[in-house]
Amino acid sequence: MLEILSDGPFNTVQDLGRPSAVPWGVCAGGAMDRESLIRANILAGNTVGAAAMEIMFFPFKVRFLENCVFAVAGAPARATLDGTSFPPDWSMQAEAGQVLILQAPEKGVRSYLAVAGGIDVPVVLGGRGTDVKGGFGGFKGRGLQKGDRLPCGHAELHALPDGGVGLSGIAALPDKDNVVLGLIPGPEYEAFTQEAHSLLVTQHWTITPHANRVGFRLEGQSPLLTRQSLSLLSHGVLPGTVQVPPAGQPIIQMADANTCGGYPKIGIIAEPDLSVLAQMPPGSRIRFKLVTQEHALARMRARTEALQSLAEQVPAFKKHLLAS
Amino acid sequence: MRIHCAGANAFLLDMSEGTFQDTIQVRIWGMAHVLQAAQGITMLTPGANNLLVVFDPQITEIQSIHRLLKQAWDQAASISITPRELVVSVVYGGDGGEDLAHVAQQTRLSETEVVRLHTSCAYRVAMIGYSPGFGYLTGLPPQLHVPRRDRPRLSVERKSVCLGGEFTCVMPQTTPSGWHILGKAQCPPLFDPTAQKPCFLQAGDIVRFVRA
Repeated sequence: MLEILSDGPFNTVQDLGRPSAVPWGVCAGGAMDRESLIRANILAGNTVGAAAMEIMFFPFKVRFLENCVFAVAGAPARATLDGTSFPPDWSMQAEAGQVLILQAPEKGVRSYLAVAGGIDVPVVLGGRGTDVKGGFGGFKGRGLQKGDRLPCGHAELHALPDGGVGLSGIAALPDKDNVVLGLIPGPEYEAFTQEAHSLLVTQHWTITPHANRVGFRLEGQSPLLTRQSLSLLSHGVLPGTVQVPPAGQPIIQMADANTCGGYPKIGIIAEPDLSVLAQMPPGSRIRFKLVTQEHALARMRARTEALQSLAEQVPAFKKHLLAS
Repeated sequence: MRIHCAGANAFLLDMSEGTFQDTIQVRIWGMAHVLQAAQGITMLTPGANNLLVVFDPQITEIQSIHRLLKQAWDQAASISITPRELVVSVVYGGDGGEDLAHVAQQTRLSETEVVRLHTSCAYRVAMIGYSPGFGYLTGLPPQLHVPRRDRPRLSVERKSVCLGGEFTCVMPQTTPSGWHILGKAQCPPLFDPTAQKPCFLQAGDIVRFVRA
């Protein structure tokens, strides 16, 4: 059991979403930065999709009400456990009563706190994540508030060395002025003008303040226009899709996007780039680089395999620590 | 069928030929039925005369999925699924149907005629989407096609029966909407996240409205 000590309407319980509920019109949801959620879970000894906390509002304070192993990944928030600091991408052993404080990170906007056993909230529509729009899932279907007591799932208590263990060599987040994202040409790519094709990959796109779990609105100096106005029938839309409404300024669909839409789609951002984008605050400047579907698929596979191998190595390493 | 890339591991299959066609949609449900049993497919979202398909990137190759999709579309031509039929009672007009008079004016029909037309036909749930449990119902008589409001209302109550363009619907949640409100449905919740079958409507269902 954990007790939340700070209010944060955008701090939510998240997992890897509820893809099986999308055909019912329910957003896929889940962690915005899926890579970091998975890393936090691996470090905490969980399955990759266990429910953890996505933290956007700092300083974040939580008290552990029982002994437990936890891990923090994602945006490198300055973290202290009862005043003792520890590095990013790290797991620690907390004693009952200890307080964890996460201070605002210098880079990135979302940190992930996983506890061994996962946050044990009920499964709703195949997921434990919070659907804030729908008001269900997670903890009471809402952001976390001071005084909330979150149950943790059962986990065997592994003793960690004092000071904990962590990962090194995790790629740092890009500077907010220099974010380059791969973009797969989308279904309506060819319907845009030649000028739009050129602008798409040459000009900078700024993330506007209208950036949340539903979508990121971008602004570029010149708009992206189609050769003629398009009238599309409603169709399913996945997170990462870059829609371009008639005014020509793109909107990137994020985890909590509506499940269908009708705007032209100039491209799609795939994982792991989507996880990087999820860490970028408003004001960040993005450039797009066109990639083929084959290339994007190969990268997605490579990342999945890398995380799988990490998931195998970390428990083995912890066991080794215990034996030594 | 046009196969578009919709993600590293996703395709949007576009079968549309201009405006929405029921016959195409029926074949899409058939295709979704065929693909549900196929290995390596992780998500299927039927849209209006299109189908979004997501596959497992670890086990499926792009070339093999192309073949699979073409086969499934061919197979779908000969599949028939018997639809469910639902009857929904509606209180037309009054407080729960504040746009009935406006729709009558726009369509140059009497309010009684609007209600008679709206209750005269069998609608089909073309797709579920937009918001949880929201069903786009096709088959609205052309006389009732009214453009959406210029300014969407900030809040339209759940279970409101609305018209928007060529579609009609029952609102599953209280949300903003630019559709016109004809009345209030008397039916179970359209979306219940705790139920085993969370949606009252399913793609392919036939819906008839009757005056309460």
